[in-house]
Amino acid sequence: MNPFITHTGIAAPLLRRNIDTDAIIPSREMKRVSKSGLGEGLFAGWRYTLPGGRERNPSFVLNRPEYQGASIVLAGDNFGCGSSREHAVWALAEFGIRAVIASGFGAIFHTNCIRNGVLPVCLGEDDINALALRVQRDPQSNLVEIDLQKSLVRCADLECSFVLEEGARYMLLNGLDPIALTLQQNELIDKYERVRRNKHAWAFAPFEDRVEGALP
Amino acid sequence: MAITGATTLFDKLWSEHTVCELDNGEALLYVDRVFLHERTGSIALQSLHTAGYAVRDARKVFCTMDHIVDTFPGRGDQTLMPSGTDFIVATRKETRAADIRLFDVDDPDQGIVHVISPEQGLVLPGLTLVCPDSHTCTQGAIGALAWGIGSSEAEHALATGTLRVRKPKNMRIVIDGALREGVTAKDLVLHIIAQFGTDGGAGYAVEFAGSAVRDLDVEARFTLCNMAVEFSAFTAVIAPDEKVEAYLSGRDFAPKGEHWRDAIAYWRGLRSDGTATFDRELFIDAGNVGPAVTWGTSPEQVADIRGHVPSPESFAESHRRESAQRALEYQGLQPGKPVSDISIDAAFIGSCTNSRLSDLRAAALVVKGRYIAPGVRGVVVPGSRRVKRAAEREGLDRVFMDAGFEWRDSGCSMCFYAGGETFGEFKRVISTTNRNFEGRQGPNTRTHLASPATVAASAVAGSISSAEMLAERESLIA
Ligand code: SF4
Repeated sequence: MNPFITHTGIAAPLLRRNIDTDAIIPSREMKRVSKSGLGEGLFAGWRYTLPGGRERNPSFVLNRPEYQGASIVLAGDNFGCGSSREHAVWALAEFGIRAVIASGFGAIFHTNCIRNGVLPVCLGEDDINALALRVQRDPQSNLVEIDLQKSLVRCADLECSFVLEEGARYMLLNGLDPIALTLQQNELIDKYERVRRNKHAWAFAPFEDRVEGALP
Repeated sequence: MAITGATTLFDKLWSEHTVCELDNGEALLYVDRVFLHERTGSIALQSLHTAGYAVRDARKVFCTMDHIVDTFPGRGDQTLMPSGTDFIVATRKETRAADIRLFDVDDPDQGIVHVISPEQGLVLPGLTLVCPDSHTCTQGAIGALAWGIGSSEAEHALATGTLRVRKPKNMRIVIDGALREGVTAKDLVLHIIAQFGTDGGAGYAVEFAGSAVRDLDVEARFTLCNMAVEFSAFTAVIAPDEKVEAYLSGRDFAPKGEHWRDAIAYWRGLRSDGTATFDRELFIDAGNVGPAVTWGTSPEQVADIRGHVPSPESFAESHRRESAQRALEYQGLQPGKPVSDISIDAAFIGSCTNSRLSDLRAAALVVKGRYIAPGVRGVVVPGSRRVKRAAEREGLDRVFMDAGFEWRDSGCSMCFYAGGETFGEFKRVISTTNRNFEGRQGPNTRTHLASPATVAASAVAGSISSAEMLAERESLIA
């Protein structure tokens, strides 16, 4: 996974609350058994004039000329709530979004972001409005700069700091694969499992009894 | 941690499953069961495979075909969703390769993941269960720690048998008093979401407690916990009791004999200590809850069924005013309109919220001897094939079909739109499901969430109506 250290780009304000993952990628756009091919479906319900169509809705922020090449989304509270579909993050990433700045995130979506190298930045509503104001004045020159090492967001004369939990920050800064990381703890997991099996055999019995040959 | 050592039910489940604390503030939690479905499970297994990781213990992993599969009687792998068959075929192939128990399209035990998991005894009190589906919180109703995850997390759980999780805070929602006649768990949870907002539970694991919760049967508790994610909770739990024991006893994957006795002895300790403290506590008087229905496009936009569509100005906060405005436009509604004047085009009974036998019984009770209004399309989709067979043994299928409803095979069906079946653009659907988001049931389809009894009564009335209002209306005409 690509590490996230700093990123500077055009930010697109989508200042609605509760933008759910159905809106980020409608289910009908998840056509293939794959994590790719989703960028086109990003915000499809808003981005295109007709459901399933591809004619651009000129008033939608990502279609406006001044926001071409946007790589950051500025949003309201509870971004990515609703369905757990990781396709929402895959679609954002494939479209070229590296970070989402919002005053809150759906919990599953937040984790999905970290697992895919997309940075979720949590800022207060006032900060987001102040950022949006500056961006809207001139989106192509008032770029937003995000520094994960310093936990800072900058735009024109504005600078805001944010907090990302240490674990997530570490993963993103280093572009780590959490599975590989956890597998390093395998002995500990095995040990835990042995203890649990002794203490709570009932929790293992229903399927272990059905299968030939119990585990070691 | 409280100094007294008193802990909450959630804390107990959490600490029991903690393999170790990681140095970044997360815990490595042991996962007892993983459940997959064809919509996302196929991708998770495929991508795990490509990355070169193996499934740690396939015996603890289960998979069902529920999201994409058609619900027409006599269905096969073909589905109305374009490319849907690819997901079905890929899921079959990947589960077979990984040696995972699959509840396939034609399996007699197939059904919606959150319905069949407890029905099979796959989820049990005191276990952790994860599934790449946000309504996994449903299963907390029997005292399991069950929560929804993304596909990458599913891959992690499959490969390592664990997840890295940051511990949420504790919230308790205490619901005391008695629910009024005809008021259900669905009305109750809509009431809670309306009161606390769709982000009211963010950052919390919620325990539902109180006399009204104890009075609910196990199936109604699933309905209550199902919608915890709609107010952004990490998950929900309810302390297991004798009702849960009776519910699980004898289920296919429930422990048997000595194991069953051990399990019960352990389950009886699964409750919050009397002196445990919660980071947040809310109190609800069940007697204040009436039949509820959503008017907007968020589960918090709830109206009393005898009330009116609110005007955006009635909301204090500007963001609620704005979203009310948008919702009214999408739903094609005028403020001030009596809810009972909203006519409907379709009625849908199904989904992991309300598709169990007790839900079907409640709807059938209203429908029996009546006929759905002209022009209204009614669809009933049992949550599992077991539910379907049980309902047919009681003759509920006949009741529904005699009233003009379609009686389907089990699955998620029109709870969500995947490019396949929908009630159509600008159609107004009263639905027992859990999400009324824009486009959830199809492009421009308008959804009103309600309980099975209300959906059934509305189908008969042709406009939004509770069972009580339907009876009143009929007595006026008679
Ligand atoms: S019934 Fe609906 S909410 Fe439940 S799992 Fe299926 S699609 Fe999701």
